[in-house]
Amino acid sequence: MSLTEKDKAAVKALWAKVSKAVDTVGGEALGRMLLVYPQTKTYFSHWPDLNPGSEPVMVHGKLILGGVTEAVSKIDNLSGGLLELSELHAFKLRVDPSNFKILAQSLMVVIATMFPKDFTPETHVAFDKFLAAVALGLSEKYR
Amino acid sequence: MVEWSENERSIISNIFSNLDYNDVGPKALVRCLVVYPWTQRYFSSFGNLYNAEAISTNPKVAAHGIKVLHGLDRALKNLDNIKATYAELSVLHSEKLHVDPDNFKLLSDCLTIVIAGKLGSAFTPEVQATFQKFLAVVVSALGKQYH
Repeated sequence: MSLTEKDKAAVKALWAKVSKAVDTVGGEALGRMLLVYPQTKTYFSHWPDLNPGSEPVMVHGKLILGGVTEAVSKIDNLSGGLLELSELHAFKLRVDPSNFKILAQSLMVVIATMFPKDFTPETHVAFDKFLAAVALGLSEKYR
Repeated sequence: MVEWSENERSIISNIFSNLDYNDVGPKALVRCLVVYPWTQRYFSSFGNLYNAEAISTNPKVAAHGIKVLHGLDRALKNLDNIKATYAELSVLHSEKLHVDPDNFKLLSDCLTIVIAGKLGSAFTPEVQATFQKFLAVVVSALGKQYH
């Protein structure tokens, strides 16, 4: 299920719009994930407030969105381009890779609420494939 | 048994009472067939499914999408007994339709995205959590009679 040129174009076009809302999209996605999938809270027990919209959630969400933006820029070589981020997730954060899919779904729901006209079925499939490829790239160094 | 708070019941009821089945049903099924193309295996009698454009204008897909969405009505009316309510449909999907139960989650994810698109900011994290809990219970019930 590798990304076709059409997929890459669709992802870039969508991200051009989404990344403009950099201050909110990431935080929204992270907040939703923590609420809808409470098991993910286990990775953030050191935060004082895990509620949607809280400061640590919004700040961290923006950071994560930056990571996805970086992935979009490296869309032609995700496994190579995400090596550093993969090392971070593998050796330091040790996030179970099943959670990448969970965050991906949360992000897509946010995008659907904010950009319903842009998130067509064709864009959705391209973006879903892209996020799966990002997850694979992030898992590269795990074992 | 699954527990539903008053708040959850009211959220679910609101979503469905404001739902345009004739719009959301087709959109959800179309999205499923486009985003997860292997699901097309169950619809070889539906004619042209060659690309997203064909799928989104296929009248059989639209009609079936509406039918499937109405299938959720029985869960809505029997929130406290979803498992038993779907026993018959579960047998149907297993023995007659031979649908891989993993597909139920795929369709429910697409339905979530369509509803999110329609409700926009009204699809709050809380509403999302409740709706996904509802769909997860239905999905589980539909898979229960497989053996």
